[in-house]
Parts: sequence; C-alpha cells; structure tokens
Amino acid sequence: MDFNLSEDHSLLKDMVARFVREKYTFETRDKIIKSDVGYSPEIWAEMAELGLVAAVLPESAGGLGGTGLDIMVVMEELGRGIVVEPYIATAVLGAGLLAEEAASGRGPGLLDDVVAGSKIIALAHMEAGARYNDQRVNAALEKAGDGFKLTGAKSVILNGAEADTLIVSAKGPEGLALVLVDKGADGMTVRGFKTHDGGRAAEISFDGVAVSADDVLLSGADAEAALGRALARGTFAVCAESIGVMEAARDATLEYLRTRTQFGVPIGKFQALQHRLVDVCLEIEQARSIVLLAATNLQHDAAERDKAVSAAKSLIGRVGRLVAEEAVQMHGGIGVTWEFSVAHMAKRLIMIDHHFGDTDHHLERFQKLSAA
Amino acid sequence: MHLEYTAEDEAFRQEVRAFLKAKLPEKVSERVKAGQMLTKEQILDWQRTLNEKHWAVHSWPEEWGGSGFSPIQKHIYEEECVAAGAPELPPFGLTMLGPVLLKFGSEEQKAHYLPRILNGDDWWCQGYSEPGAGSDLASLKTRAVRDGDHYVVNGQKTWTTLGQFADWIFCLVRTGTEGKPQEGISFLLIDLNTPGIEMRPIITIEGGHEVNEVFFSDVRVPVENLVGEENKGWTYAKYLLTHERTGIAGVPAAKQQLKKLKEIARETDMGDGTKLIDDPAFAERIARVEIDLMAMELTNLRVVSKAQAGGAPGAESSMIKIKGTQIRQELTDLMRRAVGPYALAFTPEVYEEGSNIAPIGPEHAALYAGKYFNYRKISIYGGSNEIQRNIITKMVLGL
Repeated sequence: MDFNLSEDHSLLKDMVARFVREKYTFETRDKIIKSDVGYSPEIWAEMAELGLVAAVLPESAGGLGGTGLDIMVVMEELGRGIVVEPYIATAVLGAGLLAEEAASGRGPGLLDDVVAGSKIIALAHMEAGARYNDQRVNAALEKAGDGFKLTGAKSVILNGAEADTLIVSAKGPEGLALVLVDKGADGMTVRGFKTHDGGRAAEISFDGVAVSADDVLLSGADAEAALGRALARGTFAVCAESIGVMEAARDATLEYLRTRTQFGVPIGKFQALQHRLVDVCLEIEQARSIVLLAATNLQHDAAERDKAVSAAKSLIGRVGRLVAEEAVQMHGGIGVTWEFSVAHMAKRLIMIDHHFGDTDHHLERFQKLSAA
Repeated sequence: MHLEYTAEDEAFRQEVRAFLKAKLPEKVSERVKAGQMLTKEQILDWQRTLNEKHWAVHSWPEEWGGSGFSPIQKHIYEEECVAAGAPELPPFGLTMLGPVLLKFGSEEQKAHYLPRILNGDDWWCQGYSEPGAGSDLASLKTRAVRDGDHYVVNGQKTWTTLGQFADWIFCLVRTGTEGKPQEGISFLLIDLNTPGIEMRPIITIEGGHEVNEVFFSDVRVPVENLVGEENKGWTYAKYLLTHERTGIAGVPAAKQQLKKLKEIARETDMGDGTKLIDDPAFAERIARVEIDLMAMELTNLRVVSKAQAGGAPGAESSMIKIKGTQIRQELTDLMRRAVGPYALAFTPEVYEEGSNIAPIGPEHAALYAGKYFNYRKISIYGGSNEIQRNIITKMVLGL
C-alpha cells in the first residue's frame, strides 16, 4: 500500500490549490454568487485553460486522467475555496458523458468546446417527485418523423439554466436514452434559481421538444451504464469536495480558538471546546479514508463502485453536518453571518447532503448493495 | 400528583381558542404558520389587540397590565397562540426590559415606559453584546462618562435583534473601571433618535436581516435614563437574562413544527410509490425527537410550576435553554431533510409579503433549509449553550 499521491497528482493538487487561493478569494466568490449567472465566465475559462476539465476525462477521450483520484484531487481543492463554478455539472457529469466510448451523434464533437471552457453542459436527469430515486425516469422520447420529440419535466437541475447544452434522460423506443437539447430550444421552459450553497439549479420542462437522431448521445444498455457511471462520479465528486470544505472549516475554527479571547484567555484554552474540535478532526480523518476507498473503487464494476460511493456519501452526510454545526457553534455569533466564510462552508456542507441523495438514502442503498 | 389538565384549565383553553378565532386576522396567521416575516405594523396591531384584553404580558403584576395567568395557564395560552398562528410579540420591552424596570426602575420610569411598552408605542431593542464581549459579557467596553446632567456614550453594540424597528435601546455601558469588570457596569435607556447613533444591518447566514450593529459616537443621554444605581447594572442585566431564557424552550412552537414535519413526511413521495413516513430511517428520526419533546414539555412545566409567577427561575432556565434549543434545532434539521432536493432552493423573493412568484417544489419546501441555518443562532444567543453549561456546573453541581 502506498498512500502518497503520485507526482502528477501532487502537481495537479498544488496547481488547483494555488489557483483557488489566488483567484477565488471569499470576496470574489461573494460577488460571483450574487451575479446574474452565478459563476464567473472568466474564471471558468481559466480553469479550463489549466486543464481542469481534461483532468477528469480519460486519456482515450483526449483527457489527462479521469480516475477517482483525479476527481478527488481537484474537488478537494475546489472545496477549500467553496468554488461555485459549474465544474460538477460540466466537467464531472457533462464532459464525462460526452466522452463515453459508446457516445454517438453530435455529442463527442462538443467535447473540444467543453474542454476549452467555451461551452457549459448540465445533466438533466432527476424529476419532481422522485426525491433521490435516480432510477425513475418519466420523461418520454417518442418517434416523430425522422427524429423524436421530448416531453417531461426535470427538477433541481444543477446549472440547468446556465448550460449551453443539456444532456436529458428520457424513456425512448430503445429503453433509456440520453439526448442533447440546446439552450433556447422550442418547447423548453427553464426556471433557474439560486441555491443555499451559492450555486444555481433549474426546473426545466420539455413540451414536445424536437430531438434529431444526431442529438441522441446514448441509448439502451449503454445509456444505463453511462448514466450509472456519471451519477457515481458526481456523487463521489461532492464527497471529495466536502473533505476540502471540512478541512477549511476546521482550520478556520482552530485559528479562531487560538485568537478569540474571552475571560482573559484564548477560548482554545477551554477543554470543553478542545475536545469538541478533536472529535471534529477524528471524524474528518474517517471521512478522508472513506473518500479514498471510494476513489479507488470508482473504476470498478457497478456493484462495487456504488457500494463504495454510497458508503462515502452516507458517512460524509453525517460528518459534514457535525463539522458544519460545530464550526458555526464554536465561532459563536460571527459563525452565523453572511460576511464570514465559515457560514458559507457550513451551508455547502449541509447542502451537499441534498445533492445526489442524502445520508439516509445512501445508508439504505449501501445496506441493499452490501447484503447482495 | 396528577399530570392531567383540570376542568378549569380546559375551560381556560376554550376561552383562549375562542378569542383567537374571533380576533386573529387570517392573513397574519397564514404568514406565521408558513414561517414568514411579518411587518412591524402587523406585529404591533396584534400586540394592541392582546393588550386590550390584558393578555400581552404575563410576567408583570396585574396592576401594571399583566395577565395574571398561572404558569399552567401561560403554557396553555402559548400553546393555543402558536397553534392558531398568532404572531410572537417582541420580547425586548415586554419580557426583557419590563421586569427590570418593575424591579429596579424608579416610579417615574415605570409610569412612563411600562404603558408605552404594553401599547407598542415604543419598540425596544437590546444593547448587550459587543464585538469583543460575547460570552464574556462583563468585558464590555462601551463607555458612558458623566457630563453635567448627561452621560456621554461612545462605543459599539452588536447582534441587536430587530434594531431596524426600534425606537429605544437598553444598553449595558461601562461607567467604572475599578474592581472586577462586573462592578463598573450601568444600565442605560437610550432614545435611538439621539444624534450620534448609527444602526447598520448584519446579514445572517441564510440571507435575512434580523440583527444589527449599533455605533455610539458622543451620544448624550439624560441621567434620568439610568436604571437603578450607577455601576450596579450587572445585577439588573443578569436578572433580565434569566427572563430571556425562560421562553427559550419554545415547546408550543416545537409541537407545531413536529405536526408539520409529520404532515410533510406523509405527503412526500420517495419516488418508488412509497412516502417518506414509510421510510424506517426517517420514521425513527421523527420518533426520537417526538419522545424528547414529550419529556421536554413536562420538564418545562415542572420548572415553570416551581417558579412562582413573577419570580425568575435560576439554573433551571439554563437546562431548559440547552435542551429546548437542541430539540428545536433537531426539528429544523428534520424539516430540511424531509423536503429532499427542494431544500437547496434559496428563493427568498418567493416568500416576500405580496409576492406572487410560484415556489420551487411543494409550497413551503424551500423555506426549511433557511430556517435550519437561521436556527443555528438559538444555541448561540441568550448566552451560548456552553455558557449555560458553565452556569449549571457552578450553580447545580457546585464545581
């Protein structure tokens, strides 16, 4: 066993860390989350230029890696700066699907633009009333002339309003289909909204949207398998991100305990607080271990992969809450103010529990997969 | 011992219920039940309605307009108010400053301020915490220096809840530097229209504006606005804090929230034909907090029954504060869990007064995460739960 990052991964980690530290200050982030689009096209272009989209794509698709460790290294550092750029939607989910070996039609041709940062992609999969059940698809793709028409509604779609192209899941003539729909398509209604973690999501409905054969990215068993991989990557990505967020919250809290003086001493002198921060540190180490396990299982077959990912997501949901609540509580009043970074770290940690299924959902999924 | 309500208690409950049914505007109760902010006028209108019936305040003697409710009646009354969606009255004058003036204020102060508080003529806010004086409140630095028949006040207060609505602020100020920090503190009433005062909003974690910072620069305050004796303010401040803590258990509100939580759990689809309430993991989470709340209700009644009307409980109020806030925070945590992905939506514009924008997801789903984040404050304010534990350590355990 070797727990050290490879030289390539170390370099990648340092590069992302430096970028976040220098370009993604808390003040910059606050301006971005209050802006109309909710991300910074300039910063996104720089991230693409640094190769961060390519980093999570396999070499077979012209990428630089695409393993669990690649995703982990990038996401952890993005988490440290609570970065809200559309990285999960566009790189981890979107580009990953476009780069699937079985992908066909105009999809693979979009990849260059996505890698270059000139196109934003979102995955429109989850539906209203499905809660966290990612197996349920009611949207329908029906034959119409030479092509198809798409009808249905998608709910809480990450970066759905910002995306130039959506990858939409629907029930087609050959089973599950993943099809491409461009921004502004006739018959598509998009309502974007802000999320508590500084991101954006959208409610999207399709009322007989025309889809050509060329728009069909994947279908049948290929679509099922590719969607399973994409959702596992996305779920894993927020787990890895939360490690960065948790460590940043822990560091800020430790600094506060050292410097905040009450009753004539730094509050870190009080054992009641010392022991609580120790517990936070222990739990973060556990979280890091489970994320490492999931990282190395991400390329394995679906059953092993999903079991490891659900184990990670369940544990992260639990520990994320502990870290968020303890960081806020130990900061006292300033911990609950908008102008202080720890409040936003706490919000991201709690909201991660609402992306890709919460701690209970993944605990139950793990139970089923583990019993099998 | 008997734990049931008496026939008189039940008759009283019916009386309260009938009054609320007759007097509480539906428009107001709907907003309260949905957890939405009210305007200052909506709150004060309701206070005046209650005051006409002498139901606006319970901890004041009846001759000053108090309700005269027994602790059990007060509990029943609060339960009915919350169930009906009655607005919470601003506590700053009624339950914080009022008892201090009654016990330590001059006859002139009582005669002037108390009726104005009752009728909502003055909205009060609290000037206790400072940036460097939170848990260690006695280290406060805002200075009041005597200059003829005025004090000249300089300094900064923070976490001033609903200061944006306020006309007056009661402040702890430093008038002496001799001896222990507690010994040089005075309790001063300051008109917020006095020149030299600036109030700035603090936006909280969920994006709301409830609290403020207040800056004092050469603010001249007449000496007759001193409550009690100079340098004795710490005694009055502590007296006020025990009153602040007693209402903090929030049992009636928690019971309503639990009811709402179960409602959501019954309605929420799991995406596989079942409902959230069928999910064993979630059902267990609800059951745990329900059991805690059942016990809490009785713990609270035990404590309030012991405290005679008008008297403030001591260390028990610290226990109630810790346990009560834990339960209320757990409930907000379950609410945000219950609504699943819709907890993500941050759409305050949907819930503004008069808005006709459709919500994201089920009607109030997008409110609960904000409430969860906002409620992190309740284990911090009013003396953080860590400070409450210190009080219990000292007063109960004697360590």
